[in-house]
Amino acid sequence: MPRTRLAALAAAVALTALTGCGAADMTSQSSPYADAKDSRTVTLSVQSWVGAQANVAVARYLLEHELGYRVDTVQIDEVPAWDALSQGRVDAILEDWGHPDQERRYIDEKGTITRGGDLGVTGHIGWFVPTYFAEKHPDVTEWKNLNKYADEFRTAESGGKGQLLDGSPSYVTNDKALVDNLDLDYQVVFAGSEAAQITQIEQFAKEEKPFLSYWYKPQWLFEKVPMTEVRLPAYEEGCDAEPEKVACAYPHTPLQKFLNARFADGGGDAAAFLKKFRWTTDMQNDVALMIAEEKLSPEEAAGRWVKGNEATWRAWLPS
Amino acid sequence: MTATVTPAPPRRASAPDTAPGALRAFVCHRGRLIGAGTVAALVLGSLLLGGGSWPASLAVDLSGPLDRTSDWIIDNRDGHPLFLHFLGHVSNAVVISVRAVYLVLLALGWAGVTAAAGLVAWRVAGVRPALTSVAAFAACGLLGMWVPTLQTLALMLVAVAASVLLGGLLGLAAGLSDRMNRILRPVLDTMQVLPAFAYLLPVVLVFGIGVPAAVLATVVYAAPPMARLTALGLRGADAGVMEAVASLGATGGQRLLTARLPLARKELLLGVNQSIMMALGMAVIASVIGAGGLGDRVYQALAAVDVGAALAAGVPIVLLAVVLDRVTTAAGERVGAAPAHRAGLRWAVALGVTAVVAVAGRLSGRLSWPDGWTADIAPPINGAVDWMTAHLYSGVPLVGGTADWAARFTAWVLDPLRGGLQWLPWWVVLLTVGALALLIGSWRTAATAVLAMAAIGVLGVWDPALDTLSQVMAAVAVTLVLGVALGVAAARSTRLGRVLRPVLDVFQTMPQFVYLIPVVALFGVGRAPAVAAAVVYALPAVVRITAQGVRAVDPAALESSRSLGATGRQQLFQVQLPLARPALLLAVNQGVVLVLAVVVIGGLVGGGALGYDAVLGLAQGDLATGLVAGAAIVCLGLTLDRVTQPTERRDLAGKGA
Repeated sequence: MPRTRLAALAAAVALTALTGCGAADMTSQSSPYADAKDSRTVTLSVQSWVGAQANVAVARYLLEHELGYRVDTVQIDEVPAWDALSQGRVDAILEDWGHPDQERRYIDEKGTITRGGDLGVTGHIGWFVPTYFAEKHPDVTEWKNLNKYADEFRTAESGGKGQLLDGSPSYVTNDKALVDNLDLDYQVVFAGSEAAQITQIEQFAKEEKPFLSYWYKPQWLFEKVPMTEVRLPAYEEGCDAEPEKVACAYPHTPLQKFLNARFADGGGDAAAFLKKFRWTTDMQNDVALMIAEEKLSPEEAAGRWVKGNEATWRAWLPS
Repeated sequence: MTATVTPAPPRRASAPDTAPGALRAFVCHRGRLIGAGTVAALVLGSLLLGGGSWPASLAVDLSGPLDRTSDWIIDNRDGHPLFLHFLGHVSNAVVISVRAVYLVLLALGWAGVTAAAGLVAWRVAGVRPALTSVAAFAACGLLGMWVPTLQTLALMLVAVAASVLLGGLLGLAAGLSDRMNRILRPVLDTMQVLPAFAYLLPVVLVFGIGVPAAVLATVVYAAPPMARLTALGLRGADAGVMEAVASLGATGGQRLLTARLPLARKELLLGVNQSIMMALGMAVIASVIGAGGLGDRVYQALAAVDVGAALAAGVPIVLLAVVLDRVTTAAGERVGAAPAHRAGLRWAVALGVTAVVAVAGRLSGRLSWPDGWTADIAPPINGAVDWMTAHLYSGVPLVGGTADWAARFTAWVLDPLRGGLQWLPWWVVLLTVGALALLIGSWRTAATAVLAMAAIGVLGVWDPALDTLSQVMAAVAVTLVLGVALGVAAARSTRLGRVLRPVLDVFQTMPQFVYLIPVVALFGVGRAPAVAAAVVYALPAVVRITAQGVRAVDPAALESSRSLGATGRQQLFQVQLPLARPALLLAVNQGVVLVLAVVVIGGLVGGGALGYDAVLGLAQGDLATGLVAGAAIVCLGLTLDRVTQPTERRDLAGKGA
């Protein structure tokens, strides 16, 4: 039927003509759910772990209640968040664990992202065993003795070896290389998401079973399931440069804030506030615990923290 | 990822049973031929090719070109004319439409929206669906999810409208032109098995995180069923009617508008219904790329390991799905009935009442759902889940805990299956796939199956794909055993059927993210919970198709067997099940397709293999890993679909579509 083909062609041409004239910049787009009233809006990226939710909850609470902004949050994985930050879909990331590739691309080369300074919290990744197990077997906390306990850590998934439980695919990990290079009789089992990993750890802890897991600090789960770190060969600058050859522990990372470049210059009070926002590991943990353990909504948790810590947050407000 | 496919209604009398003797002889003969050919190929292969996994020399590494593509997009996204002059406008159009719908919904206020939903349902579907709608919207408010529900609704409305438009146009083209049909068929077939996670990544790369990407991903997912059903309806037009219209001298356009489209109304409405269900299935998955709304609440609750909160956000999605399904289904059943008395007046009444309610809501200053009217269901749910997982996980007397079952299932079923599959030389796998597809289908299906399987090897993910395959096979087996048993029981007992129906509805529409945590809490991290999640997802369709098939068995055949003194057991095994064979085959096929659709979800609970790679690709923005894993899942889906798709269904599709 030539008629239909003609019609389709005409439709295609019309569509192109309709959309083709004039440029549309995707980076200057706002969320369709933004407030109807003409108010100043800030969009923050929330990563999936609760510590990051705590940062955002408190920043949001103060931006809304003290500075009169409206705050949108978007939940995204770490690497896509950089992408979104560069495009202006989000204005700030409050907690970043170190992404050198992205820093090079967006800060040094494209200049679409600027640094926002320290968050004040130091992050550390490591291998952990539950404290109840470490107390009974104190030598398990040295990596050299891990092979001795491989049998105890065995599960159906680890195929006759000990199980090293890893979490979400979005997290930084060298565990496969570490197991190979340190000659450990272990199998890395990827839980696939942090929720699955936490649930599994809680189930192990309920029965006081031994386990070995990739985990990170600060994290609220430590309050619920006390864990002791296994000492890996000490970290030295540059020992993790080649991913396949890593045979040392993870570094202690001062967590960083990053701002969209355009927002950092023209974001007014909100940008100034987010640059000054800086708290401690304990404070973040308090809020995170309220969210994850007491099941308070992030807003309630932030409200409670703000009430008790006025001296801290007063300093963050732009004068 | 709701009901991926519209199951074709199981037809009675299956071909082999009624085939004339000669045909049947050929069928047997053909089976023997295939068997002989396979054995010969096995001997030859073992002499010439040897054993081992897919040879590295036959694999192609795509990571270089894919990484370069990804870099190009990131570098040119802000300046290249393609983005500025075309994609940017698409993105803006989406934002403007979603915003417009959202503002209208907000302006109506909660009372206005609820009234409008009830009245529209009343007009198109009847009184009962109307009451259901009102109750559902009120429940969304009660759960404290009013604003997220509106956000999701606004996004859904735009996405469904776009899907219906796009799918309708494609279906129109395929329905009217044979060439278009030949081009589109394989594309739509592929879309049906494409896991949603696999193409989130390219969409995000181009459009960035946010609503435009979410809407477009939803459209890609929801348009194919509309296209498929539109084409089916247009092609199935009664030849007699068309002849008559043509003889009356109608032009092509008139024929289409006055005869073909009206005759296809049922299929068109079913298409709309399917598009809506698919779009809602995407609501939660799209939250991973910033869709906001209910999906985002589910996703955030998952991060806090809070099943109760996830459920509170998941239930409105289920309610929306149930309401929209009931309303569109009821509307579909009404098609063709005489228009009600003074229909125009009733529409006017509906419109008027909505306006009055909306204005009243606005005047009383209660546009948003009142804060005091919410019920927090999270704590009791969390309590129940904790209790369940604490008591069932291990140490249950006699049967052992769920963790023990999971460990045994992994050790006795999953490990041997995976080990066996990975031990098989690669060409034996291809040969088996080809022989099975030939036995159940035609030369063409066999060729597709073998090529798709070979493509997996070429992509360089042979071993993980076989790992995934072993999980899929185990999940399908469990699903079939449970599903057929439940389906037969539901067909034989009306009461059980009635109890089961809402439960199945809920499981089919419940976002899988909600039950990830309970599944891990019961079965631990690993492949066993991945299998469990897949079974939960695929079971409803299998139960339904089986029950439908068993129920549709000719009552006369059943009656005559009863009069011959057959016991209940004999009736079931010798009459009902054999006669329901086409339905059972369809159940197998659907089970396979649905299980495969949640392989990626399995990656989130420790299933590893391709599902994990797809998740990793999205999480790390790694196009090479994610896209290759997604493509491999599609190939695996094509293979399994062809291997399990009975010929007669293809014939039906071939003639009809």
